[in-house]
Amino acid sequence: MEAKTKDLWVFIETNEDGTAKNVGMELLGTGRGLADKQGGKLVGIVIGSNVDSTVKAATAYGADTVIVIEGREYTHYTTDAYADAMYYLVEKYGPTSILIGATNNGRDLGPRLSCRLKTGLTADCTSLAIDEETGNVAWTRPAFGGNLMATILCPENRPQIGTIRPGVFKKSTADESRTAEIIKEDFHVAPEAIRTELLDVIKEACGELVDLEGAEIIVSGGRGVGGPEGFKPIRELAEALGATVGSSRAAVDSGWIAHCHQVGQTGKTVAPKIYIACGISGAIQHLAGMSGSKTIIAINKDETAPIFNIADYGVVGDLFEVIPVLTEEIKKRKG
Amino acid sequence: MNILVCIKQVPDTTEIRIDPEKHTLIRDGVPSIVNPFDGYALEAAARIKDKDSGAQIIILSMGPEQAKAALKECLAIGGDRAYLVSDRAFGGSDTLATSYILSCAIRKLEETEGKFDIIFCGKQAIDGDTAQVGPEIAEHLNYPQVTYAHEAFVEGDIVKVKKEVEDGFEIIGAKMPCVITVTKPSFEPRYPTIKSKMAANRKEIPTITSDDMITIDRERIGLKGSPTKVKKTFTPPVKTGGVKIHEDCSEDSAKRLFEMLVDDVII
Repeated sequence: MEAKTKDLWVFIETNEDGTAKNVGMELLGTGRGLADKQGGKLVGIVIGSNVDSTVKAATAYGADTVIVIEGREYTHYTTDAYADAMYYLVEKYGPTSILIGATNNGRDLGPRLSCRLKTGLTADCTSLAIDEETGNVAWTRPAFGGNLMATILCPENRPQIGTIRPGVFKKSTADESRTAEIIKEDFHVAPEAIRTELLDVIKEACGELVDLEGAEIIVSGGRGVGGPEGFKPIRELAEALGATVGSSRAAVDSGWIAHCHQVGQTGKTVAPKIYIACGISGAIQHLAGMSGSKTIIAINKDETAPIFNIADYGVVGDLFEVIPVLTEEIKKRKG
Repeated sequence: MNILVCIKQVPDTTEIRIDPEKHTLIRDGVPSIVNPFDGYALEAAARIKDKDSGAQIIILSMGPEQAKAALKECLAIGGDRAYLVSDRAFGGSDTLATSYILSCAIRKLEETEGKFDIIFCGKQAIDGDTAQVGPEIAEHLNYPQVTYAHEAFVEGDIVKVKKEVEDGFEIIGAKMPCVITVTKPSFEPRYPTIKSKMAANRKEIPTITSDDMITIDRERIGLKGSPTKVKKTFTPPVKTGGVKIHEDCSEDSAKRLFEMLVDDVII
């Protein structure tokens, strides 16, 4: 399709209670510069129910316009309802670019929408720019398990769409005094057009809530922890730091910790402020899931472990000796 | 129950090394494997077949002739028949074109294999990591989809899917026919036996080309049908300036680390 405007859209994913997920605000932050370069408006797209707080947040974080679709059918994400709603909006308004957070739902929705629009989608981007030559969005993303970066353009088709990894971009500062144009669209999806149904929710799968993607600090254990009890010092350090416990695949496959803690290619992709890798050698699949972390601290007995190649701080030593001392020092400082 | 599993032959990305001078991937000698997530998809299909002896599993892949090796591996793990979609005209296809070709191949296959109730795909391939082809096949076919599945159970005309979400799992009921993309489950997939490998080796794998799909729109395949273009590729910058702490005893190392973290305002 042809773009009708030069506007850049940010899909602002909501939680079931109608509040915004962080990634939407992060994308408004980076979307501002891109929208200005494209010469269009920055538009937040909000779909859900009870989304007043999200509309306010989108305004405060920089949207010029917020387009809202509300309805009970959008409370819980379904591919069918969200793809129909987004398709309706894109057809009607014709944006030139769309950013979607690369959450599970974002990566479910993105290909469905782009395919219906017969346009290009670039998945799980970690860097965005405007291509100087052509004015297109230059989407940069890792491939081959993080071994290779590729910059992708979508030159002929509109809108150009990308999903963007959460935690890569920083939110700008919220400005509560900002105002935005709010457009409410009355669009509903018939129940029979929604072909999937939520039958049950299993929250206690892990015995605890493990929000690795939203964590600011992660302390992860790997093969070097030696067994399930080896996670004790890791948990204690995590507690002292207010951190979430992660793990490598080796520890999960050995049955020492549940899969929901796993960071890496077959687990979660994370980008916290601080990532502490304990007894993790740094196989490429693990690095693929955490190399975007701001500060990486590695503790490992093996001086040649690849994890040291990407660590900002590498401690060569036995994690069972290093971690308890570190935990004590942190506790002492916090008093 | 008629099940299709879509698989891709990929280079084992754990074996890929970077040429330190040229900053390119060294692909020579890297073994080709069945994409691990597709293996989990096959396992999910095989578990349905375990409970339903009348079920059949058809394996489909798009790629060069050598991808038949990957299809044979899948035939040894519960696949009844396998087909390769292969044609020079498909070269350079991005995910939109690839999913379009696969959807055309699926419609073609259904003429002889019957309509598929469930189409399983891996969550993503470990070379491209896009996670797009599965949902795009669903869109081309206008089927419902469930992504990030661990396991699937058939109940009447509904398939119940255990889907991984940020804070646990959901059980999603989907109307069949549908597309399910599978992530790493909490169980190990089964292995082939020597007997099943030998039986798989004897099976013929027919190739489907663009000429077999008479309704395919040639504007929508290959480079021409691909809206995304790769502008450049590069190896990620190597992190420099990291410090290594290796004091005489671990206690001193830990204290040194703590001091540095405080000095650098990390914690």
